[in-house]
Amino acid sequence: MNGKPRLNIGAVRSSFAPWADPSAKPLVRFDQVTKRFGSETAVDAVSLDIYEGEFFALLGPSGCGKSTLMRMLAGFETPDLGRITLGGEDLAGRPPHLRPVNMMFQSYALFPHLTVAQNIAFGLRQQKKPKDEIAARVDEMLALVRLEGLAHRKPDQLSGGQKQRVALARAIAPKPRMLLLDEPLGALDRKLREETQFELMALQQRLGMTFLIVTHDQEEAMITADRIAVMRAGQLAQIGRPAEVYEAPNSRYVADFIGDVNLFEAKVTEDDGDIIRLVSPEAPDGLEAIEDDEIALGSTAWLAVRPEKMRVHLDPPPSGPNRLEGTVADIGYLGDWTTYLVELPGGRTIRAARANAARVVDRPVDWDDKVWLTFAPDSAVVLTR
Amino acid sequence: MSVTGAPRPRRPWKGLGRPRGQPSSEARAALAPFLWLAVFFLIPFLLVAKLSLSDVVLAIPPYAPQLDWSDGLPGLIAFVRALDFEAYARMGQDGLYLAAYLSSLKFAAIATFILLLVGYPLAYGMAKCRPTVRQALLMAVILPFWTSFLIRVYAWIAILKPAGLLNMALEQIGLPPVDILNTDTAVYIGLVYAYLPFMVLPLYAVLERQEAGLLEAAADLGCTPFQTFWRVTFPLSLPGVAAGALLCFIPMVGEFVIPDLLGGSGTLMLGKTIWTEFFSNRDWPAASAVAIVLLATLVIPILLFQRQQTKMMEQR
Amino acid sequence: MRRGPSAFNIAAIVLGMGFLYLPIVLLVIYSFNESRLVTVWGGFSTRWYTSLFQNEQLLAAAWVTLRVAFVSATLATILGTLAALGLVRAGRFRGRTLFSSMTYAPLVMPEVILGLSLLLLFVSVGVARGFWTVMIAHTTLTLCYATVVVQARLVSFDEALEEAARDLGAPPWKAFTLVTLPNIAPAVAAAWMLAFTLSLDDLVIASFTSGPGATTLPIRIYSAVRLGVSPEINAISTLLIGLVATGVIAAYLLNMRRRTPGR
Repeated sequence: MNGKPRLNIGAVRSSFAPWADPSAKPLVRFDQVTKRFGSETAVDAVSLDIYEGEFFALLGPSGCGKSTLMRMLAGFETPDLGRITLGGEDLAGRPPHLRPVNMMFQSYALFPHLTVAQNIAFGLRQQKKPKDEIAARVDEMLALVRLEGLAHRKPDQLSGGQKQRVALARAIAPKPRMLLLDEPLGALDRKLREETQFELMALQQRLGMTFLIVTHDQEEAMITADRIAVMRAGQLAQIGRPAEVYEAPNSRYVADFIGDVNLFEAKVTEDDGDIIRLVSPEAPDGLEAIEDDEIALGSTAWLAVRPEKMRVHLDPPPSGPNRLEGTVADIGYLGDWTTYLVELPGGRTIRAARANAARVVDRPVDWDDKVWLTFAPDSAVVLTR
Repeated sequence: MSVTGAPRPRRPWKGLGRPRGQPSSEARAALAPFLWLAVFFLIPFLLVAKLSLSDVVLAIPPYAPQLDWSDGLPGLIAFVRALDFEAYARMGQDGLYLAAYLSSLKFAAIATFILLLVGYPLAYGMAKCRPTVRQALLMAVILPFWTSFLIRVYAWIAILKPAGLLNMALEQIGLPPVDILNTDTAVYIGLVYAYLPFMVLPLYAVLERQEAGLLEAAADLGCTPFQTFWRVTFPLSLPGVAAGALLCFIPMVGEFVIPDLLGGSGTLMLGKTIWTEFFSNRDWPAASAVAIVLLATLVIPILLFQRQQTKMMEQR
Repeated sequence: MRRGPSAFNIAAIVLGMGFLYLPIVLLVIYSFNESRLVTVWGGFSTRWYTSLFQNEQLLAAAWVTLRVAFVSATLATILGTLAALGLVRAGRFRGRTLFSSMTYAPLVMPEVILGLSLLLLFVSVGVARGFWTVMIAHTTLTLCYATVVVQARLVSFDEALEEAARDLGAPPWKAFTLVTLPNIAPAVAAAWMLAFTLSLDDLVIASFTSGPGATTLPIRIYSAVRLGVSPEINAISTLLIGLVATGVIAAYLLNMRRRTPGR
């Protein structure tokens, strides 16, 4: 993936990249870990390194094995094959209560019979910390999650957002080597979820703690994580920074799972170093994309183009590669964006999105309008699987 | 509040990830009750079956043969040889047993039907009330279930006896007295009265869970209230009907206290027969044979009940 | 199921409740009757209650019954909680079907069969019938009720709570006692109460399994009832009903308060 300057976009902490340093030791290493439930393989020979201080996201649809992977790290499931090490030490045979990682549960799992303060103190009590130290740490945690006044409430007297913060404080309080978050924001409504995503990020930076988040929400993973591992059917599909995974997906699965994408099936006809040319019945003037890797001529490949990289024209642009023709079948107005569904002559529908940068447009695109779509060669990604 | 309710995580893998033959700590916890039930529930049944093949003798205990382990294998063989089906044969010959058997089934079946007729409207009415009222009514139905069965049956004697409260009331309004105590009618009243909570609770449980939206949808699609009831409410409540019917029918077949206290000398029921054979006639093999026949009759309903129970527990 | 009850619904409720409670109410009223005759109201009196407390036999039977109920309910609750844990948590294990069959069957099994079979067990191992045999028999009967009550609560109990406790450093047994037990406590208490009342109430199984010196209250009441209605039985019945009703209603109200905490 080196030598692609166009991918250096939007990285939150571009200088933070321990995974690129060959001498760095990972905090957690999954080594060929496999887990089966009956005849079903939930996790299939996964190898993965997570580094100290990272915010790492496991992303995938439900049932892809991401939760199982996390539960094996926490000690609630035992791998059938492979090993998991934490700070170089093999975790096999260690029960959950003896592992220096803490988990924030999807349902929060707040103890309903204990107050907020008692919930937060639970882990510290198990560590047999002195009383005044526990009290001080609980206060510190309450301040951290801004719940100072609610120490003596019971969980069922809290709102969803407050519960979420108590669960977070409870998991952080014992100072784990690593915090595991299982769909931590799944139960919050959209607005609150967005706010909390940024809060989580800020918190992680402040504590310098390693976070591992499991989520099916790609937006959540993109916003919070330093790196994302996209999972599919028990295997890792791709690992990378959010921008890499979005702009340079390695497969149709990843391209389709993260964000919207238009895929064109095509035959490779020419490869002159940087530029690859392809033919597809859907593009009368041929297709063109920038790609460093060599692809065999005559083989089938897929061109992936994100909707926002499609330009919509009402007047025919000059003919050339990457030019499509169609009629507007549907328009979805989202306020900040408008999505156009354009039907190609072959019957397939293509998505194009446009930011509504101005309030008034001279010639708005209307239903049943004949339109042309174009995209730049460096906006397309060539995929071979 | 700004939550959409925390979803409970699904655990489809539960219990599957464990290597075979290695019980979890919870399975080990169940070992104590398992052993208790094996010793005090399962083995006793085998003893009843064995005894039903023995003969009655004038001794303590009043049956033969007795298995004497000190004789070893020959003793066991002699013991098995001495077992026979005499108790069953006597049952077949004596018409009284057959009559008691059939009459038990008849009492239980008719009483179950009456219970449905009485219990359904009550449960339905309860489910229609406001939640707070519903809670109080539910409590009111459960309360008699907790108070003594014997006492509740006894209460009817004072009402039904010839110079009892019912006839006193009839006299007040100028009607002729009725003689109900020690008749089959009294047994029916007692059965329906004592088992009503068992019928109402499962019915109420299914009716209460039915969504108001269903009825509105049916009405919206053109059903009259009566049609809505027959085509939506009632079919959906059938699991409750089945649970209630089984919960009442099975123990009623073997009921003892009610026919004994409210029924007459002509009221034949198997529970009473077992009791009489055992305590009055001291014919333990006969009592056991009746118990085995009763049990054999109830095996299918009991299995149905267990399946329903397991299903309900796993659905929740 | 909204829109309120119709006249028909209300009639069904009133008649049903009347049917359930009329006999009990009459029994309670007539326990305060001065006259020995059931149908004649001789004025208000507590003389039958006084004579009750002078009846040594009855008091002895009551004492036996309370002891049996206490011990068997405690044992049944412990075993029932363990059984519920096994049924809800253990997933699949060998003998699970047999186990669940054995726990649900006594719920509907005619009492005469249970009583007879347990008696044969005690006779065949040569145990003298008395306090302990009744206790064992009642534990067996009430164990399944206790299991069902605790199971209903455990099914809706989020297992993640126990996992959270283990994740925060509590070993399994501590996670159970610190988190699971306090949360299922109301159900465990309810199971104990149900087992206690069922044991207090049982006539048939006790008749089979008790021996001389261990006559329980229902056996005494039964033999008295066979001789006919008497105000003294009305009195003891009223006391028993009052005791149970107070307990059940108190438990219910306590449970209600727990569920709706003050905001």
